Amino acid sequence: MIERRPFVQKILKNRQSNLRVVSGLGTSTWDLMSGGDDKANFGFIGAMGQAIPFALGLAMAQPDLRILLFTGDGDTLMSLGSIATVANHPVTNLTIVVMDNESYVETGSQPTATAGKTNLEIVAKGSGISNSYTIKNEKDYDRLIKTIYEEKGPSLVVAKCQAKATPLVFPHSFDGSVSINRFMSTLKS
Amino acid sequence: MEGAIKDWRNDIYKVFKELDITMVSHVPDAGHTPLINLCEKDNEIDVVTLTTEQDGVGLSCGAFAGGRKSALLMQSSGVGNCINALALPNICRIPFLTLVSMRGEWGEFVPWQVPMGLGTPKVLEAMDVKVFRADYKEEVGSTVDAAARFAFNTNRSVAVLLSQKMIGAKQFKNG
Repeated sequence: MIERRPFVQKILKNRQSNLRVVSGLGTSTWDLMSGGDDKANFGFIGAMGQAIPFALGLAMAQPDLRILLFTGDGDTLMSLGSIATVANHPVTNLTIVVMDNESYVETGSQPTATAGKTNLEIVAKGSGISNSYTIKNEKDYDRLIKTIYEEKGPSLVVAKCQAKATPLVFPHSFDGSVSINRFMSTLKS
Repeated sequence: MEGAIKDWRNDIYKVFKELDITMVSHVPDAGHTPLINLCEKDNEIDVVTLTTEQDGVGLSCGAFAGGRKSALLMQSSGVGNCINALALPNICRIPFLTLVSMRGEWGEFVPWQVPMGLGTPKVLEAMDVKVFRADYKEEVGSTVDAAARFAFNTNRSVAVLLSQKMIGAKQFKNG
């Protein structure tokens, strides 16, 4: 099992300038913000299920950048169909990393479907995202970095991580218009 | 032949071109099919087929963040699927444009279409979406143009309801 916060922070610490990072609501956003304030990040705090389609739209609009989405198993499960949409409107510059702790940690650690019979790597492959794999160990860091920056996407990586609550780290602003405008200031339109 | 069939979807397509709307997502509806076909033939427009309408909200917002304008096409039955997703363009003040082909209102013959048809304008307004409506073919172009400008100039969410009266029973005769 991966300890999610240091793992995410390591990816952010070594980030390249062509990377833009989006996070799904809840713990994924607190993880992203724990790496320090950066205008090239955009974190959801609501609109559950919308992070994958948002990242797809962004990747389509900015084909010269690499787009990385950190999101949770709960967020992903809410919009499983969006994985099929990503597969069938493929973008080469998108990596989705599902931080799969098999639970809704924010609400009291109720088990998600991935604690049961559901395997998101197989869902992704069955949906048509062939570059999909599961990592369970920090040793897989290099492989993930290669996927994020070099491999032809779309890719979906399931990162199995510990189901423990991590300290809340809030973004620069809870006002979405502030967040998105800061993020957009890093993009050429 | 000679231009006798002036389809109002052409007027919507013209607005897309004029306002540089280059991404169109949809869960298809017969009422939108001629417009979807026009967009698919256009190399400058990406057409994204969704599995649920709500994903078009996120897609549209991500595209806008990346510098591209888009529109979401759906049937009125899809509006209910979008409710919580509409928080995203609202709280981020991202312009969002959707064109909704109405069912459950004018001479409807499928009772299952009626509840969401009746609820569509109320649900949109409850989520702070500015609702425009076109009842006649002649007003479609100007209404969509006004709605799109409203969205992109004021950074608001906007819907245009395309009435079932206009889309016509003819659309559904062969179904």
